[in-house]
Amino acid sequence: MENGSDYLRVEGVVKRFGAISVLKGVDLHVREGEVLGLIGDNGAGKSTLLKTITGFHRPDEGRILIEGDEVNLRSVSQARSLGIQTVYQDLALVNELSVFHNMFLNGEMTVGPFLNNRQMKAKTSQYLADMGVNIPSIDTEVARLSGGQRQAIAVARAVYSDAKMLLLDEPLAAMGAKEGALILDLIQRLKEERGIPMILIVHNYAQVFDVCDRVNLLRNGRIEYDKPVAESSVEELTELVVSEYRKARETGNGG
Amino acid sequence: MSETTAQEAASTDRQERGFLSRLLSGLVRVREVSILIVLAGLALYFQTANGAFLSEQNLLSLAQFAVPYVVIASALCLLLICGEIDLSVGQSFAFAPIVMYLAYDKLFLVLPLAVIVGLLAVAVVGLINGLITVYLGVSSLITTLGMFFLLAGLNVTLTGGFPEVTPEASSVTQVLGEYAWAGTIWALIIIAVLQLVLARTRWGLHTYATGGNPLGAREAGVSIARIKIGNFILCGVLGGFVGIIEAFRIQSIDPLAGGPDIVLLCIASAVIGGTALLGGVGTVTGAFLGALVLTILRNGFTLQGISAYTFNIILGVAILIAMILNVYVARLRGAGRA
Repeated sequence: MENGSDYLRVEGVVKRFGAISVLKGVDLHVREGEVLGLIGDNGAGKSTLLKTITGFHRPDEGRILIEGDEVNLRSVSQARSLGIQTVYQDLALVNELSVFHNMFLNGEMTVGPFLNNRQMKAKTSQYLADMGVNIPSIDTEVARLSGGQRQAIAVARAVYSDAKMLLLDEPLAAMGAKEGALILDLIQRLKEERGIPMILIVHNYAQVFDVCDRVNLLRNGRIEYDKPVAESSVEELTELVVSEYRKARETGNGG
Repeated sequence: MSETTAQEAASTDRQERGFLSRLLSGLVRVREVSILIVLAGLALYFQTANGAFLSEQNLLSLAQFAVPYVVIASALCLLLICGEIDLSVGQSFAFAPIVMYLAYDKLFLVLPLAVIVGLLAVAVVGLINGLITVYLGVSSLITTLGMFFLLAGLNVTLTGGFPEVTPEASSVTQVLGEYAWAGTIWALIIIAVLQLVLARTRWGLHTYATGGNPLGAREAGVSIARIKIGNFILCGVLGGFVGIIEAFRIQSIDPLAGGPDIVLLCIASAVIGGTALLGGVGTVTGAFLGALVLTILRNGFTLQGISAYTFNIILGVAILIAMILNVYVARLRGAGRA
């Protein structure tokens, strides 16, 4: 794994919103079959980085390579056609639609001009069963499901739309211990059974060590820390972030 | 002991809430059914009050009168579901036949070609509404309000303010509205197709997604700009088409046919039929039935000799009740979600 080739390389990516540079030259790589944990304080630009890799934002500078080839991502659909699938923090689920329609949103199965609801239902049941996800009924609107169930649907949707790489933005946010365990379990199985490379944005450092192979810290618009989890520890990561806070307070910029 | 009681109370509470939310979600699903019951009740009442209500003659005039409202309400329904509104569609209703007439009378085009020119004109109106709303970020309420006045002015200017007589009778004019039931047949076809598009195609699904969760839909790769602009064009074209049909039926092209009444009634119809003004929820069938309710109310009152003022009072109350129900049901659904 350590010597595996890179599936994704991000080189010197800069992203500005008006006068503010959120990303100031990010270098990052994910190897085949590797799970990378991305940490960083609120507002560090983790979500912006993720959205740049998925074609939602376009980088102002720098380049993105997939399996060694430079790609110029113009849209989410294009990134998706290359197999980059994302589970956003807001999950991109439509509350008013049923589980199976959400599962195939923008990848619907059709017969001629019409939706093939029967086939989508059958596939949805099969996917959820494969992933060990329990949903009361795939006909229910997702508005009626719990946070964990919604997350599981979003993950299942990403995995089964022919994902070659999976990006997960805070998959455990606002989730109870039991539901969090369900999602971590799901990620672990995806890694072991399918070997899909993943980037996980996580807040809770302990969770990084549960499922990730390597951890990166995004700070000041750059990757400032990059170590395999085997050589890192929760204490070290905590110290890294806290020391930054102390330094900021000493110079009078902290809040 | 007290702990058990508390638990029991909590579980009963949960069950009751579950029951209530299930009942209400059932009610939402049978929204169309409840409107149908209202419709039947109204028909019964007006028939009892005045035997002429269900006469063949009155049914025909009812059907003819309903055509513009049911078509525009159904087309507006798709636009409302994707989170936008078109206040100018009533003026498109008047604009399309005027452009058609000018193409026929001044440019000497054959009638079918002139009809196409008229429809293209309202398609462009829809396109402009869509482009301004989507790309310039102007609220569609404002964009189409501007378009409403712009078209109102154009309609009067282009005709000099006087109605014109439609082109002389032919098989084309028969099909386009002169035949007594032509409009009704067109309306039924259009509504069936729209309901099919909304409920059974990707376009319909993406229309719901665009209105229900615009950011989420974008993140999933749905082109919400395309969906919105497409539905603006659809609304304009169908509004214009039914305007042409109405013009041939009454054999007059009226520059003042597109006043605010028609669009407001159609929005009211869609809302009464269960369409959410904020998008994400609604059905064409509901909008169609909502428009029928309003048409029957108006027609029944006319037969009874009750003035338009009373109609407006009842319409106002009906809209308020429908909206309060919408908000109330949405709130209970939100509670059921937690």
